[in-house]
Amino acid sequence: MAWDSIATIAAKVNAGEVKAVDLVEQSLRTIAEKSSFNAIIATTEDRAKERASQIDAAIAAGESVGRLAGVPFIAKDNFLVFGGETTAASNILRGFEAPYQSTAINRLEAEGAICVAKANLDAFAHGSSTENSDFFTTKNPHDETRVPGGSSGGSAASVVLDLAPFALGTDTGGSIRLPASFTGCVGYKPTYGLVSRSGVVAMASSTDVIGPITTSVEDAAIVLDVISGKDELDSTTIEKDAQGYVVDAPGSLKGKKVGVIKEYMGEGLNPAVKENIVKAIEAMKAAGAEVSEVSLPSLPLALAVYYIVCPAEVSSNLSRYDGQRYGYTKQDAADLNDSYIGSRELGFGKEAKRRIMIGTYVLSSGYYDAYYRKAQTVRTKLINEFAAAFEQYDVLVGPTAPDIAFKIGENAEDPLQMYLTDIMTVAVNLVGVPAISIPAGTIQDMPVGFQIIGKQRSDRELLAIAAQTEAIL
Amino acid sequence: MASESVKSQYTVTIGIECHVQLKTKTKLFSGADNDAREAAPNTLVNHIDFGLPGALPVLNGEAVPLAAKAAFALGTKPQKFSKFDRKHYFYPDLPMGYQITQFDEPIILGGEVTFDVNGEIKHVGITRAHLEADAGKSTHPAGRDYSLVDLNRAGTPLLEIVSEPDMHSAAEAKGYAKELYLRMKYAGVSDANLYYGNMRFDVNVSVSKTDEWGTRTETKNLNSFRSVEKAVEYEVNRQIDELEKGNEIIQETRGWDDTLLQTFSQRTKEDAHDYRYFPDPDIPPVVLTDEQIAEFETSMAKLPNDYREILLSVGLEKAVIEDIIAVPNTAMTVGRVYELAGGSHAKRVAFWLLQPQSDDSEDITEEGQRVSDENLVKLSQMVEDNKLSSTAAKEVLADLLKTNDDPEKIAESKNLLQVSDEGAIAEIVSQVLVDNPKAAEDVKNGEMKAIGFLTGQVMKLSQGKANPALAQQLIKKQLGL
Repeated sequence: MAWDSIATIAAKVNAGEVKAVDLVEQSLRTIAEKSSFNAIIATTEDRAKERASQIDAAIAAGESVGRLAGVPFIAKDNFLVFGGETTAASNILRGFEAPYQSTAINRLEAEGAICVAKANLDAFAHGSSTENSDFFTTKNPHDETRVPGGSSGGSAASVVLDLAPFALGTDTGGSIRLPASFTGCVGYKPTYGLVSRSGVVAMASSTDVIGPITTSVEDAAIVLDVISGKDELDSTTIEKDAQGYVVDAPGSLKGKKVGVIKEYMGEGLNPAVKENIVKAIEAMKAAGAEVSEVSLPSLPLALAVYYIVCPAEVSSNLSRYDGQRYGYTKQDAADLNDSYIGSRELGFGKEAKRRIMIGTYVLSSGYYDAYYRKAQTVRTKLINEFAAAFEQYDVLVGPTAPDIAFKIGENAEDPLQMYLTDIMTVAVNLVGVPAISIPAGTIQDMPVGFQIIGKQRSDRELLAIAAQTEAIL
Repeated sequence: MASESVKSQYTVTIGIECHVQLKTKTKLFSGADNDAREAAPNTLVNHIDFGLPGALPVLNGEAVPLAAKAAFALGTKPQKFSKFDRKHYFYPDLPMGYQITQFDEPIILGGEVTFDVNGEIKHVGITRAHLEADAGKSTHPAGRDYSLVDLNRAGTPLLEIVSEPDMHSAAEAKGYAKELYLRMKYAGVSDANLYYGNMRFDVNVSVSKTDEWGTRTETKNLNSFRSVEKAVEYEVNRQIDELEKGNEIIQETRGWDDTLLQTFSQRTKEDAHDYRYFPDPDIPPVVLTDEQIAEFETSMAKLPNDYREILLSVGLEKAVIEDIIAVPNTAMTVGRVYELAGGSHAKRVAFWLLQPQSDDSEDITEEGQRVSDENLVKLSQMVEDNKLSSTAAKEVLADLLKTNDDPEKIAESKNLLQVSDEGAIAEIVSQVLVDNPKAAEDVKNGEMKAIGFLTGQVMKLSQGKANPALAQQLIKKQLGL
């Protein structure tokens, strides 16, 4: 059974028309019914039910509970959440129970939302398909032989499977937008720093962002409004927009300047996908947008830059998983080195090891200048090119991914092919701008995602334009 | 050991790295308490210090102002732009697998420290100083198959001050260490408690017969001025002996045995890590405006050299001055008295509070000094006004230091106030002249030496309370002089 919009659910709960315990029950029942899709690693059933009862009691007592009263949600399993384990879908964190909660979860709970389950992901968010999960691969809700995209594949599948009204994901190189595109829902990647990373297992700190995965732009906006803003536990956070992100009347596309990214529309793009994207662009034009093509010449370098910067930070961020304080520890180690090597050898999967090796290499003395420093130089160039484009355009658009969801196993043995899946999403992360993927029709019943990119801190305007576009697609 | 004539052929070159623990309430990147002195192991640790997943370091707001003060204390200014980097290595007392430090853009670049070595002014350049988080503490119990890790110290803010290789003797090395200690303490950068390891010195020593530097060794973790001096002496002798034997010096890290007074090999350069430094993406760079820097400068406390000038101007000798400087509270009190009441009072108070320092003394406990500046000035004024003899003043001072009561009341209760009542003293004088006719006669005959004796008798009879100047005046008067 499909869910009402988040605002409607919360209004009904606050009015006493619907009980939070029933919503949690509905969510848990659906999770059980649809367990074959492997979207969920574990539920947080006990705590969810307890919180639901408390919320119902509070409402019965006439208290106001908040803007997300009783709304169940699912968190990607790299969010530290009370009431169960936090594994990041990795063997090395199996059994780890968080002693503190992420800021995003705390803020959702403060408005009455209830976390019911933890969603599957590529271990440590390394991947584009959930096939790198140390637990299992999540299946695409539209075709069980296909991947849901990644790394937030479990979160996106959860939303499409109606397991909960919304899910949280993380997007380091496209990990919210890609699965949204592959499963046919809305994935929002905020401006870097808009949502606190505190309490979220780090992947690449300079590009990691946290965002909502929902069935509508409206729902994405309300979740963003709750979780965004400065946090003293994360010094890279920024203030939220003074007007917030909930847009009552999204306005019109009339006169909006839309740049179609030339580099995303050419070689490598499935012609059928291109057709859907062109249709979406035509619809925007028909609604009054001023559309023209824009070129960002350094874009073809973005993937190479990303796969230097990201593994460099990954190799550093994964250093703390050393088997000494928590998580998996090799038993009967001969000495300290054996304990380190054994714990990491068995605790990390192939992709984590691959990224640790690449990252260690590019940061090594003698290679730093050739790789890491050069990559950062190109990154600055990209930032400048995006800034120049945004002097002329309100938003930039293109496909979210070059193709529809691929078959499970199709890219599993070819990491480079897998990395190419991110080719249209990584630049946004390197530059730190906000972007959204919204559904733009299907090809052979498989969803296509349309990507809209805004300038730094223009999240409010971007969401309004996305809502307008969503309405006409 | 090589003879002095052989040794004199070598030039000794010394550079010192000093880790100063900053006086912050909490750690450099977490809210955990920074005072680990008496705490049980692993009780001052939060999710950041423990390196939990998702934990992000947040720079302590107190750290940069303290580093800025350190910059001024080192004769320079803080940099307008500095940033933090990650330095990677695996060790159980380093929970995140990297240390957060400042690699190529530290908060302090340049500077100079001057100090006196055997009467000569020595200048030592400062290369740089950077902020970094300390690691935890590992202990390896003998005969056990485990090690213990205490993370209380993990994340403690340190300022690592790197000197130029400008020192050429053990005495200079010691002088530098001591001056650095004083400056950090006076500037309020650090508690600078050596006993608790608030300052640790690493000395780099090389010797050479030519214009080129020799191969250096680094002796780490020295925590007293004496060990800095002794370690340099030992390394210089050891290196010269090795070279005279035709051996080479190995570039290595050495430890210091404070009982044997010897350095010992710890690890050689081949073990050197590739730390894979890169800018920490979790911590925004530190950017200071000219206005902020100017504010830090205005808020600077007086430094040792400021006090040296004051103490010199009131007429104290160099050795006395250094003894006073060695106890910051004393120097600061004297400085305040100087501003409050001028040089003569300052000088008197300086002598009162002076505690002669032994060659090795450091880290005087300064708690319990409760006396107010006003009461010290008042006591000094009583001496100036002849209300108290200097001996009596010391007796009052002893009480004053304990109680900070009104010095006049203390003097009264101890019956120490000088008698300046002419009538009362005149009576005593008459008595003394009667009792000592010969001395009286001598004085009359111009033997003024005897007047001192007579005055002494007056003092004795008055139990020390008579004003000696007045007594002398009255003796002369009664003898008709």
